[in-house]
Formats: sequence, structure tokens, C-alpha cells
Amino acid sequence: MMASLKLEGLRKSFGATKVLHGIDLELASGEMLVIVGASGCGKSTLLRLVAGLEEPTAGRIVLDGRDVANLDPAERDIAMVFQNYALYPHMSVFDNMAYGLKIRRLSTAEIRKRVEEAADMLGLRPLLDRKPRQLSGGQRQRVAMGRAIVRHPKLFLFDEPLSNLDAKLRVTMRAEIKRLQRRMGVTSLYVTHDQVEAMTLGDRLLVLHQGVPVQLATPMEVFERPADIYVAGFIGAPAMNLLPARLAAGGTAAQLDAGPLVPFADGRRAGADGMKLTVGIRPEHVALVAEGGLALQVDLVEPLGSETVLIGRLPDGEMLSIKLAGAAPPEETVHVAIPPPNLHVFDAATGLRLEPRG
Amino acid sequence: MERRTIFRGWLLPVAFVLPQLLLTFFFFLWPAGQAIYASMTRQDAFGIRTQFVGAENFTDLFSDPLYLDSIRRTVVFSASVAVLSMAVALLLAVFADREIRGRGLYRTLLIWPYAIAPAIAAVLWVLLLHPQIGWIGHGLRALGIHWDYKLDGAQAMLAVILASAWKQVSYNFIFFLAGLQSIPRAVIEAARMDGARGWRRFRTITFPLLAPTTFFLIVVNVVYAAFDTFGTIRALTRGGPGKATETLVYKVYVDGVENQNLGSSSAQSVVLMLAVILLTAIQFRYMGRKTER
Amino acid sequence: MNRRIDWTAHIVLILGVALFVLPVWLVFAGATQDPGAIDRGELSLLPNLHGFGVFADVLGNGVAGATPVWRMLAVSFGMALAIAVGKIAISLLSAYAVTFFRFPLRMVCFWTIFITLMLPVEVRIIPTYAVMAGFGLINSFTGLTVPLIASATATLLFRQVFLAIPDELVEAARMDGAGPWRFFRDILLPVSAANVAALFVILFVYGWNQYLWPLLVATDPRLDTIVIGIVKMIGTDSAVPWNKVMATSVLALLPPIAVVLLMQRWFVKGLTEGDK
Repeated sequence: MMASLKLEGLRKSFGATKVLHGIDLELASGEMLVIVGASGCGKSTLLRLVAGLEEPTAGRIVLDGRDVANLDPAERDIAMVFQNYALYPHMSVFDNMAYGLKIRRLSTAEIRKRVEEAADMLGLRPLLDRKPRQLSGGQRQRVAMGRAIVRHPKLFLFDEPLSNLDAKLRVTMRAEIKRLQRRMGVTSLYVTHDQVEAMTLGDRLLVLHQGVPVQLATPMEVFERPADIYVAGFIGAPAMNLLPARLAAGGTAAQLDAGPLVPFADGRRAGADGMKLTVGIRPEHVALVAEGGLALQVDLVEPLGSETVLIGRLPDGEMLSIKLAGAAPPEETVHVAIPPPNLHVFDAATGLRLEPRG
Repeated sequence: MERRTIFRGWLLPVAFVLPQLLLTFFFFLWPAGQAIYASMTRQDAFGIRTQFVGAENFTDLFSDPLYLDSIRRTVVFSASVAVLSMAVALLLAVFADREIRGRGLYRTLLIWPYAIAPAIAAVLWVLLLHPQIGWIGHGLRALGIHWDYKLDGAQAMLAVILASAWKQVSYNFIFFLAGLQSIPRAVIEAARMDGARGWRRFRTITFPLLAPTTFFLIVVNVVYAAFDTFGTIRALTRGGPGKATETLVYKVYVDGVENQNLGSSSAQSVVLMLAVILLTAIQFRYMGRKTER
Repeated sequence: MNRRIDWTAHIVLILGVALFVLPVWLVFAGATQDPGAIDRGELSLLPNLHGFGVFADVLGNGVAGATPVWRMLAVSFGMALAIAVGKIAISLLSAYAVTFFRFPLRMVCFWTIFITLMLPVEVRIIPTYAVMAGFGLINSFTGLTVPLIASATATLLFRQVFLAIPDELVEAARMDGAGPWRFFRDILLPVSAANVAALFVILFVYGWNQYLWPLLVATDPRLDTIVIGIVKMIGTDSAVPWNKVMATSVLALLPPIAVVLLMQRWFVKGLTEGDK
């Protein structure tokens, strides 16, 4: 049942509107890849192309060594979990899961075996005779998963499957999806706009921005080395602080517009002195200092219990947020420093990450 | 509006629309075309020679005082039927929407008349209004009123209006009640908090919010009164006495079927088609606005 | 909330109910009474308990030598059923085709069907009659029913229902491997069952209540519907056997009223949601 998936130069336009600008992607057998991006970035379209619900404008979709781009969804051996679950309202839970198998003319005994197996896995045994309207949101979600599982498909597709659940249930189901996917080892594509889901579920992430793939890497790599300003701002909460700066000291430091000169801890960047940069620093990396550093006038304090977020303004008017462990200091103005090892450096003109030379 | 998901192939869908298209062509488009063609021709007295006369049938029609009378009569009739049946239905719907005991039963008892055929409604009213045997007719005569709708044109018109409006009340009731029930409770509660009560609340809050339903029903009722009351009129008065209850549709029948005047009857049909197109356009314009909101 | 009885509402509603129940009751009571007394205008509100034989009489023998009422009821029933079933079948298929497929001239098809909204049978009676005569369908059951099957209302209603079906439901079925025919049978029909039921009521009543078209196309008394039959009965100026006319009216009212009452819930919902 293990299968690899390969997308080559996949494009999609609706009329004159280009939605996807060429996606190249390769999934290993059993891998879970999360496609993440803001709404309208083309992530759902990408999923629907793979599902066969839309026809690509160009490109190949190779599943298990076979180009399926021109096949009907029914012939691709792919199962999908929908955002609104899309359960058949007039069918019982059992029939909902069994429907795809009946169409594939499996024997009654085999259908029963598979459905019961999936029902046990998902804790749906006692609910098999119910109709969808008699189920809670979480239970419906499980049925939708069950419908995909019984098919034993080559590929799972998840289209924002948790976005209709309340916050608490979302966390539980997230863990469950991960557990199931690991256990079954089915190659999976998972689309979400939720960065926490993306980070926790994915073996790798693909960040899409306006139809263009901007970064494909493991969650930690995306977090630690975002490929451009967009990814830097998108992944991580509260969002990374992005400050205007210029390249200085022969490429070894950034001269922040707000004042201080911050040396690069990991090496020189290419470029002429004075080149415009955007410097990123995550809120949890900004350090409080007793004195010196930058003066931050605190506008807002958001206590989150175990930590506190301060949002304030630097002397030049730039906004800066800080995440602190524990409670906030009582002062209206605090002093902050930017530790060089945690600095992210981007070219302000292209938005791309600038890596140290050599 | 279009669906996002569609099935491929065109053979199956074409096969699926074909039956309806064939019926539409043979029983709608073709006859309508025939009517338009016939409306521009005239037959000689023996029905042997047919001559093309252009718009002459239409100019004749609109210079015929009898036809103009019929238009006026139809307008009066339709307006009366619409106003009467809608007013009664709205009154009943407002009270049936209140939280009272047995309202489910009341609703059922006001909904079933939907099933009454216009012609049968007329028969019921014949049995009520008949000067000899009818309760009402008999009663009026006992009061010294000279009641005989078969001889008095005004009384005949009143009779067909009553019978037609009576039959339509339950349809209007169903829609008004649905309209009232779709008004969010919170709006009514807010009005109560503002101190609006009784008639004032109805006039300033409920009735304006019912406007879409009311407008829809006006169009439906006018169409009903103008086109679906042939059976009512035929059973009650046969268009008489004289031509006192001869509406436009009734006249098409009389001229076409009884008098065999194909040209004029067809021209009248074409005029009616235009009227329906106009009414449908009005209705859809309003519908369009409703979906935008 | 106050717990006082809302007398105004009860009085208004009771009067309203009486407005509809009373005439029908009067006709029912009248049917059982002595024709002579009815002729003298002495109609009683109380049915004569010995007069119920009149119903069996008109059912079996008809009124004044006309077609027996059972036969007219059968024609009406067949006509109403044929129109309801035929219209539902045809419009389900055509609505499915125009909403779930793209095919050449799709919108032309849709508008062609749509136009029929503007051509009610009342405005094209004579040319339609001519077409039927051309097909040799005058005085036939086919001629009675088929031209009334092809109107757009049902198609438009189903189109609306189908457009409201979530895309994801269709996609889920496609992922499960359902083709267009299976989807239609296994998902779309069951999901629209309530609408089909509502439309059945509306169309059954519509078919049962037809008057103008049967009057034109079926002059053979054996094809008289019950509605045609009753109007014929009171049309004669000579002595009308009023008790029998009343009995026939009651029999004519029962079937459509029964259908409406039995399916009231779906009917009301379907009418108010769909007809707009």
C-alpha cells in the first residue's frame, strides 16, 4: 500500500488567473507533507489537482510510478478527508464508510471487515447505525477519516480537516490524525492555514504564497531558517519582528534603523555596505536588559499564563513584540537587546534570506 | 450560479434533457410560434383561405371597445382578488403565528383549502350564493335584497371575486406564515424592548420585514386571478350575464373555441403572453435583488 | 410570559377556519338531505343520517345519466398521478443535466426550458389544441396529460435544490468512485427526497384541479375528470339534483385534500422554499 507521489511542473489557471505557478514536489512512501499558506494561496487547488477534482493546465502527477493527471478521481486510488466532512446525510455511519467499497465491488464480508476495523481504530463501533446528523462534530470528523481509511488508498488527502472543530477538539484530533497516519504509513498530503497544525503534523512543510512554492523543508528548518520574509512572518506566533536595517562593517553587521549595530554571529553577508536589509528576530529571542540596548515603550501587555507578550514601540516608531517567560515587568518603558545568534537576515529588495558566505 | 464540481461527458446529460426539450418544443414553442403566426393572419368566412394581415388583428383588438372593457374588467377583478385574499390571509397568518394553544391544529385547518380546485371552489360558492338554494343567496333574498348573480352583472362580478379570493387564501396564508416565521425572533424582541406593541409593532416592524413575501404574493395572485380562474368563472357565470365577468383569458376561449375566430383569438393569446412575460420579468427582477442581499 | 388565553387570536382563527370548513360542511350535510327541501332553500347544517346512500349512488350510477363518479375519479386520479410522476421524472433528469454537466448548448437548453414559464397553457390553448389534433391525441389519456408535464417550474425548483447541494458532497462521491449515474441514484435522489415529496403534493393537486385543458382536449365523456363532470352537472339550467351534485363535490375534494394533509410537513416546506 506504500506509494510515492511526484508532482512535476504542475500549473493551474482559471481563465487568465494563474493559481499555481509550477509546483515540483516529491513525497517518499509513507511521508506526511503539509501544504500551508494563507487563504487563496492555491493550496486547496493543489490538493484538488492531485485528487482529480480539477484538471491541471500543465504538468504531471505521478503516483506510484504512474501518471494519473488525466485519470478520473475514481481511478486514482486516492482518498480524501474534506473540510466539511461531506458525509452522505441519508446514509448510516456504516454505509458512509462502505459506499466507496461497494462501488469497487468488494465482497460484503470484506466490506464489513474493513469498516469494523476502521471503526475500532476510531472508536466508532457503537455509532455505526447512526445518521450523520445524530453525531457530534468530532464524531463526524472521525467518520470522514474512517471513510478514507477503509479504502486502503495509495494516498490520503486532507483538506483543512480540523478547521470546523472547536479549539480543544482540534488538539485531540490533531494528535489522532498523526497517530493514525504513522500507524498506517499511508503517504499523505495535508492542507491547512494553521501553522501549529502544519508544524506538529508534517514530516515536511511546503509553504505556498500566491501560487508559488516558497519553501519546502522540515518544520524545524522552516522555523529556524525561513527562506524569505513571507515565511518568516507566517510561521511562528507571535509573528517574527521584522526591522529595517542596512548592511554595515563590510558585511559583518546590520545597522538597525532604530539605532544599534548588531554583528552577525554566523559570518559575513555578501553585498555592499549600506544595502537595505530586513532583520528578523523572533519575539521569544528578544532579551530584556537592565539598561542600555533599545528603549521600548510598552503599549500592550498580553498575559498568557505561563508567558507574557509585550507589544511596544521603538524610539523610531517601529513596532516590536517580545515574549517573556513569566509575568511582565511593571515599567512602562523596558530596555531590550537583540542577541546576534538569533538574527535572521533578509535582502529588503528581494525578500530572500541572506546566508553567510562560504 | 454555477457548480464547482461537474461530471465529464456530454452524452448522458444530453440524453437527460432531451425528453424535456422535446416536450417543450412540441407543446410550448411550436404552439406559441403558431399563435404568433396566426395572430397575423385572417381566415375568410368559410375558413378556406388564409390571408396575411400583419398587425391588423392587433390594431383591431385595441380599437375594439369590448376588448378594452375586458382589459378593464380583468384589472379590477385581479386587483380585487389579490387584495381580498392577501388581506384575509395576512390577518390569519399574524394570529396563527402567535404562541397560542392549538396553533398546529389551526394551521392545518387553514392549509388544506390549498387542495381545492378553482372550479370546485366555484361550485361550492354556487351552492352558497344560489338565489334559490344557497344559504347566502337565500338569506339575502329574505332580507329583501334582490339577489341573483345570474342576472345582475355587478353581483356576478362580486361572486367570482369572492370564489376566486376564497380559494387563494390558504396559499397566501402558507407564504405569509412562513414569512412571519423567518423574521428573526431577536428583531421582534428588540422591538418589544423598544416598547413597540400591537398594531404599531406590526406596522413599523413586522409588515416592512414581510415586504419580500408580500411582493412575491402580489405577482403570484395577479397571475392566478388573471389566468387560473377560467374554471371558476365558467362554473359560476360562464362569463355572463352579458359579458359582465368575461376576463381576458375567458375571452380567448370564447373567441377561439366558441366563435372560431382564430386570428383575433391568437392575437389575444399573444397579448397575454406579453403580459405574462412582463409579470415574470418583474418577479425575477425582485428575486435577483433578494439573492444579492 | 403571560399565561392569559389570547382570546382575540382564537376568535379570529376560529372565524377563519369556519370560513373554509363551513361551506364544505354545508355541502357535505346537504348531500345527505332530501332534494326537495334543498330546492326550497331549506338546507340544514345537520346531515341526515339516513341519506349517506347518496355517495354510493353517485359513485356507482353517476348523476342524471352522466358518467359514474367512480369513473371520473379514476380519470382524475390517473391524470393527477401521471402529471406528478411524469413531471418529477422529467425535471429531475433535466435539472441534473444542466447543473452537474457542461455540454454544448447547455445554457440554450436551460433558457428554452425557462421560457415555458412564460407560456401557461391558458395563453396558448388553441394552437396547442391544434398540435394535439395533428398528433391524433385528442380524446386520449396521453393528450390529457403529456402537454401538462412539460413546464419549467419543477425543473427550476430542482435546479435550485441541486445548486444548494455542497460541492464537497459531490466530490466525496467522486472520490469514492461514483460515476454520474450512481451519484444521481445513490446520493442526489435520497438527499432530495423531501423536495420530491413536496413537489409531488403540489403537482398532484395541480393535475387534479385542471379544468381548461381537459375541457378542450377530451370531449369524450369517458375521459371526463371529476372537475369537468361537476361543472357539467351544474351547467344545465333544468332541474339540478342538488344533493347529488353536493355528494360529488365532496368526493372530488377528498383525494387532493387527503394528499395535502398526509404530506403537510414536506409540502409546506417545499412550497415556501422552492416556489420563490
